[in-house]
Amino acid sequence: MVTEVRARLRRASRLLAGGLAAVVGGAVSGTAGGAQDLVVGAGARFATLGAAVAAATPGATIRVTPGRYAEPTVVVRVPRLTIIGEDWPRFDGEGAHEILVIRADSVTVRGLEFANTGISQMEDRSALRVTESVGCVLADNRFRDALFAIYLERSTGCLVRGNDIRGTGGVETRNGNGVHLWYSPYNRVEDNQVRGQRDGIYFEFSRGAVASGNLSEGNRRYGLHFMFSDSCRYERNTFRDNGAGVAVMYSKVITMEENAFLGADGSTGYGLLLKDITDGSISRNRFEENSTGLFLEGASRLDIRDNDFRRNGWAVRLMADAEDSRFRGNLFAGNAFDVSTNSRTLRSDFEGNWWDAYRGYDLDRDGTGDVPFRPVRLFALVVEKHPEALLLLRSPITSVLDAAERVFPVLTPALADPRPLMRAPR
Amino acid sequence: MSTIGLVLRASARDLARNRWLIAYAAGFWAVTEALFYFGGSGPQVILSLLNAVLFVVPLVALVFGTAHVHASREFIEMLLSQPLSRRSVFAGLYLGLALPLTAAFLLGAGVPLLLHGAAADAPRLALVLLATGGALLTLTFAALAMVIALATDDRLRGMMLALGAWFVLTLAYDGAVLVLVSAMGDWPLERPLLALMLLNPVDVARVLVLTALDASALLGYTGALFRRVFGSALGPAVAVAALSAWAAIPVLVARRRFLRRDF
Repeated sequence: MVTEVRARLRRASRLLAGGLAAVVGGAVSGTAGGAQDLVVGAGARFATLGAAVAAATPGATIRVTPGRYAEPTVVVRVPRLTIIGEDWPRFDGEGAHEILVIRADSVTVRGLEFANTGISQMEDRSALRVTESVGCVLADNRFRDALFAIYLERSTGCLVRGNDIRGTGGVETRNGNGVHLWYSPYNRVEDNQVRGQRDGIYFEFSRGAVASGNLSEGNRRYGLHFMFSDSCRYERNTFRDNGAGVAVMYSKVITMEENAFLGADGSTGYGLLLKDITDGSISRNRFEENSTGLFLEGASRLDIRDNDFRRNGWAVRLMADAEDSRFRGNLFAGNAFDVSTNSRTLRSDFEGNWWDAYRGYDLDRDGTGDVPFRPVRLFALVVEKHPEALLLLRSPITSVLDAAERVFPVLTPALADPRPLMRAPR
Repeated sequence: MSTIGLVLRASARDLARNRWLIAYAAGFWAVTEALFYFGGSGPQVILSLLNAVLFVVPLVALVFGTAHVHASREFIEMLLSQPLSRRSVFAGLYLGLALPLTAAFLLGAGVPLLLHGAAADAPRLALVLLATGGALLTLTFAALAMVIALATDDRLRGMMLALGAWFVLTLAYDGAVLVLVSAMGDWPLERPLLALMLLNPVDVARVLVLTALDASALLGYTGALFRRVFGSALGPAVAVAALSAWAAIPVLVARRRFLRRDF
């Protein structure tokens, strides 16, 4: 398996360039150099995509004219094939089957609409599946009401860009993922829009993936989901109104930058949920109006820097097993609780953050407060133990509690920001 | 009607010249302005204001109202010696107390809120709910003040009762609820707690503002009932209804007392 993947990777690096060239070239209709140019459509030479694919030779271009196509699952086994739809011809799975399966390297699929795969409890039925291939390009396609929209298995060096995916919005057990990567290392997922699926984007056993510029909105479970996928990065994505924004689980060295985690509310509403994560970095992200902005369980050695936490229920929840993370230059404003925890001993390190609840002073004028700030309120601990007490949020009695705790700090964890910023950094 | 108007006008004119009332409005204005000037982020300002409203509005309405009714004793006796219906006299008296107080609150807190609220990055709904909650609290506690003043002949006793009511409703009640929660944490307390919140007007006003300001936190609680109450317009609607009931019931009690009382 490992040697096989390595060989594929080597081929991928050669072929990815070819695939990208195909994208650029594909935009110009009718490629040069006497390559095959096949047309599919009513009145054209091929009535179905299946017939055109059967007749195609490596490097051919298939153009699909507008219309509705309902045909059995098309399997592409011809390498370097380019399939281009004009004005989004609609391929309908008739609620019964997968639509397009790619089993060849460097295939490009662009400008098609895939619809209506139906629901299966037996298979991960996908509108567009890529199996054991290298260097595919899946760009600017539309997906409507598919169980899984794009499914990459044991494939590498692919580019998934600019696709518009709208799922059925059905419950988790009758819904699949928008972009699903399984054992597929080193792929890029860029500028896609995913709505109404189970997980918007899901990386499982897929190391080295990059997700950037995607919009993942209104998905049932997670906007983006990692399982056992090391050394991935995601940046400049927007996650809005998903069950939870992003879940990163059992993975190492994940880079998370400049994303927006918005509006994940509910008892399982997390902007970013981390579980058994080490050595990642989380910087310059926005967390707004989530029930919990950032949740860390078994997460250690993270560098959490320059993020904005605004108007969340809990900005940061650190479980007792989260260790040695560093919080620097983050901004906390308008959150009901800035930091909460279920433990009295916390081994994370806060320094130089800005807290809107800080009431200290700066006599030596160095820009940081002279009195440490303790972000864990006593009332937060009460709520952690007795969630119903949440109804007393903002009650004057909680201010009395917190004031008492400030004078006699015996119950809250020793967690403190020794140098809180006096001015908001952003 | 004309009697109500007459008494109202006399009472209101008396109050409008009252230094304390003017100081109350001016103080609220100053606090609100200062919060916006120094406060930084919008939600933080609303939060500080919420605390000010929950503490100060009941206190002023209770203390000021009790003192005012006691001070108007001779005026009331004079009115009742005239051929006027007791109902109209009571209505005039209550409105003459409650309306200037509400006006002072709305002027003091509401106008700067309107002026700055548009500029601050604060949730608009929270501002509106805060003003609504404050106004309804004023009506409620003005009525409670009348109940207390009409139940006591001794000024000092009346004042002690007013202060006691204030302390219980703003602090002790929530403290007791907190103790209850920690003592009975193993039982399902969701429903009883929501009911307990409805039984205290200060809590109702607070929760009303929370539905706009801290919805993310309230929805974070594991409980279908919370989800239903705070995930829709149901929460604010129930809270406004409960606050209105809270404003109405003490008025009826005070009216009954006033009609039966031998002055």
